[in-house]
Amino acid sequence: MSDISVPDVRAAENARKSPHGTSFADHPLVQLTLVRFREFVREPEALFWVFVFPLLLAAGLGVAFRNRPAEVLNIAAVTPELAQFLRQEKLLEVHQLELQAAEESLRTGKVALLAETGPGSTVVYRYDDTNPEGRAAHLLADRAIQRAAGRVDPISTSDELLREPGSRYIDFLVPGLLGMNLMGSAIWSLGFAIVDARRKKLLKRLVASPMPRHYYLLSFLLSRILLLVVEVGVLLGFAALFFHVPIRGSLLDLAVLCVLSSFSFCALGLLLASRARTIEAASGLMNIVMMPMWIPSGVFFSSQKFPDAMQPFIKALPLTAVIDALRANILQGANLAQMAPQIGIMVFWMVVCFALALKFFRWR
Amino acid sequence: MPEVASKSALRIRHLRKAYKDVVAVDGLELEVQAGECFGLLGPNGAGKTTTVEICEGLTEADSGDVEVLGQNWTSSSAQLRQRLGIQLQDTQLSEKLTVFETVRLFRSFFRQGVEASEVISRVQLEEKQKSRVGDLSGGQKQRLALACALVGDPDFLFLDEPTTGLDPQARRQLWELIEEFKKSGRTILLTTHYMDEAERLCDRVAIMDHGKEIALGTPRELIASNCAEHMVEFMAGSVSKSLDVPALRGIAGVRDVRTENGAVLLQVAELHTAVPALLAELIRQNVPLTELRTHSATLEDVFVTLTGRHLRDE
Repeated sequence: MSDISVPDVRAAENARKSPHGTSFADHPLVQLTLVRFREFVREPEALFWVFVFPLLLAAGLGVAFRNRPAEVLNIAAVTPELAQFLRQEKLLEVHQLELQAAEESLRTGKVALLAETGPGSTVVYRYDDTNPEGRAAHLLADRAIQRAAGRVDPISTSDELLREPGSRYIDFLVPGLLGMNLMGSAIWSLGFAIVDARRKKLLKRLVASPMPRHYYLLSFLLSRILLLVVEVGVLLGFAALFFHVPIRGSLLDLAVLCVLSSFSFCALGLLLASRARTIEAASGLMNIVMMPMWIPSGVFFSSQKFPDAMQPFIKALPLTAVIDALRANILQGANLAQMAPQIGIMVFWMVVCFALALKFFRWR
Repeated sequence: MPEVASKSALRIRHLRKAYKDVVAVDGLELEVQAGECFGLLGPNGAGKTTTVEICEGLTEADSGDVEVLGQNWTSSSAQLRQRLGIQLQDTQLSEKLTVFETVRLFRSFFRQGVEASEVISRVQLEEKQKSRVGDLSGGQKQRLALACALVGDPDFLFLDEPTTGLDPQARRQLWELIEEFKKSGRTILLTTHYMDEAERLCDRVAIMDHGKEIALGTPRELIASNCAEHMVEFMAGSVSKSLDVPALRGIAGVRDVRTENGAVLLQVAELHTAVPALLAELIRQNVPLTELRTHSATLEDVFVTLTGRHLRDE
């Protein structure tokens, strides 16, 4: 069929219509990506969960599990003589107290051990042997007393202390938090935005316009890559600066890993959001998928702690693969080839979820 | 070029669409001429939105043909999208974007169109350009939706209940904007369940009920052919003396009589003969008149005459 408009009116219209601008900013993909950014930046809660929360968590856990210099133990001695002997041991803080006060301190846990003289020239230690502090205090106190009394150790020994960055809990934790954050931000940002747009019939309005549909999805991936730079940078920068967490692998490999992980989770998020019409339904689905991964995937403790029978399933979870790969890069300096199994799992999840999402996706 | 001007912008043949248990559109036939403002009028559930969404390429029909601007959705969907301006029923645009950002986004989808700022001033939202969509009033949101439909400089504008839920002032403002677009000589398909809206804006109207077209014509034609020109509404009678309604049919010039909530409605051709005759009849029956009103017949009266129901009953 031919164009039905009156030709000369059409010509006049064309003169009046401004042709589409050629500038970069006029491209629909650029505009859609800008929309993603604006919606994200104008949502203070999202900013908190994506940027501030992981830092607070890292800081909190880092402080709680920090490697302190060997702790000094408080003990009580009831005679000046005992106190003098015990003070030879630098790891003991000795309080010389009356018996009654010393017993009170022991009972309330202010001191881990009470040393008193027994009948004859014996020394009696009172402590709780189920308490590690009590046992350690006993070993230290007895060594100090015996040495003061003239014991000589038959074999000379020396200590080598390990407090190297890279083997502490915070080093283990940071890649775990990074993986968890990559998962959360990809799934939440995609899932919520899409379901909200469907609920508001905005998706339907967009497909009623000439918007190329794949641009809509691409805008999510593009904005995700750009936000990743900030998300990953903030968390790793913070960890490196305040906890001296080393990044031993190549930064380029790390970037590739982060983008790949994020896209796998985006595909999962897209699948979860492909049909849901309400935020409640979508967040229920997302929680069902994400929560079981937080524990076994090794965010906070090694996934090896689970029984062997569960290991194949745990290893197949996308979050496990992501965290294992991140740890291998950050802590062991492994290259991408060494992470082939993990990368394979991520690619598998990405391809399967994406294919299913495209099959199930509803614009209305 | 008169032969071009009379071409149809939309042609619907044997259109049928059923959902699980309801037939939404039942063998609809419709033709909209290029350059006219065509109204689809009907109660909720009449099938208006389904029809419009099939025309917009958003819903697939079970059977039937739809030709928009001489093209169909299966072969020329991309070209058609560029030429249509669409406003859907209750779309909520992103609340966190500003008015300008929203229009700019929609502008980017069209190869040709009007600058975002120009469309915004056309719908009188210049002062709100930098406001968040979430801060706009209902009327302003509808005008923004209209701006998003106009930004591609469409040849055919689809408006699905554009003023539902708006206050009278906001409705009038939107009507003026639609009339402004009409002047450019392009085509509009409008659905509404407000008769005054259809009477004011539409060149021709199709009344739909249960998925079918039950009347078609200009608003004046429909009123003239389906009921007499004027309506007389009165209340008469008392507890002791009730009105003999059937007797009223005998009055010269009365085409139809019906009662509604205790009031009697007469369709009459000419007020100046019918009203004196009515008064004479009431005196003859010896019933007191308590209320008397007259109005020109509206599309609402047409609908009631055709279906026995009111447009907004459902």
